[in-house]
Amino acid sequence: MSNAVSALDGATYQGFCKVQEMGLVGMITLRGDLGAAAMAKAVKAVTGVAMPGQGAVTTGKGGTVAWMSPDELLVMVDHAGADAAVAKLSKALAKEHALAVNVSDARAVFHVTGQAAREVMAKLSPADVSALAPGIMRRTRLAQVAGAFHMLDEGTFEVVCFRSVAGYVFDVLANAAKPGSEVGVL
Amino acid sequence: MLTLHCPNCGVMADETELHAEGEAHIKRFGPGSSDEEFENYLFERKNPKGVHFERWRHVAGCGKYFHAARNTMTLEVYGTYSAQTLAPPKTLVNAIKKKHPEWEGWA
Ligand SMILES: [Zn+2]
Repeated sequence: MSNAVSALDGATYQGFCKVQEMGLVGMITLRGDLGAAAMAKAVKAVTGVAMPGQGAVTTGKGGTVAWMSPDELLVMVDHAGADAAVAKLSKALAKEHALAVNVSDARAVFHVTGQAAREVMAKLSPADVSALAPGIMRRTRLAQVAGAFHMLDEGTFEVVCFRSVAGYVFDVLANAAKPGSEVGVL
Repeated sequence: MLTLHCPNCGVMADETELHAEGEAHIKRFGPGSSDEEFENYLFERKNPKGVHFERWRHVAGCGKYFHAARNTMTLEVYGTYSAQTLAPPKTLVNAIKKKHPEWEGWA
């Protein structure tokens, strides 16, 4: 078995907010008819979480499930358990027009922590960050690349992007969190 | 800056999250069509100063297509609607017509 390593191996930056690459995170892209009963049942069985509504993200004992588009979910689980979760989902959805893929090593996850975390995100995304709250998943862009984020609590954003741009996203997040660059509006 | 409501994911999407996909409701002419029809399908586009129906894609978001009705001169947005339709919703057309009685209408 090869030794899995995350994109930036847990890199951190401390500015007026802390930016941290979260290491290995299990991530599964699940596509199919989100309205199908079998889909909701499979998601619940694997993660313990009910099917999230449009634009929502919910966390349960077995993981986090985020609504990414009308036919796509992002399921976040332990990195070590991702393959098993994919197998379970695939088995449960064998008769559905659905697809589960382990994308853990094709993505990177960051946490942006601090009182002014909203400000860091607002500098990089056109999303109305002031209107966000825990439970809302926002797919948008981060400077020049695609990314998605949601709030774990009032002072923490969880950010997901493609692994190929992890270095770029870390740099723009760190730059946006540079001491002295606070705007003071969010 | 243009901001459009994406009917697929429900967010107010900034123009920089979107990709313009040209004129809406174009009917495809393929094998068996006349040269004129095919040329028209490929190249002829409306370019109105005023009410326009367009296709957009929420490219840095949910990734899905949708339609938008807006004014190319004032940038007013009349509404957005599903991509899975061959014509704009009647209610939207009527609302635009009410605002702009001189508008020739959707065709
Ligand atoms: Zn959208």
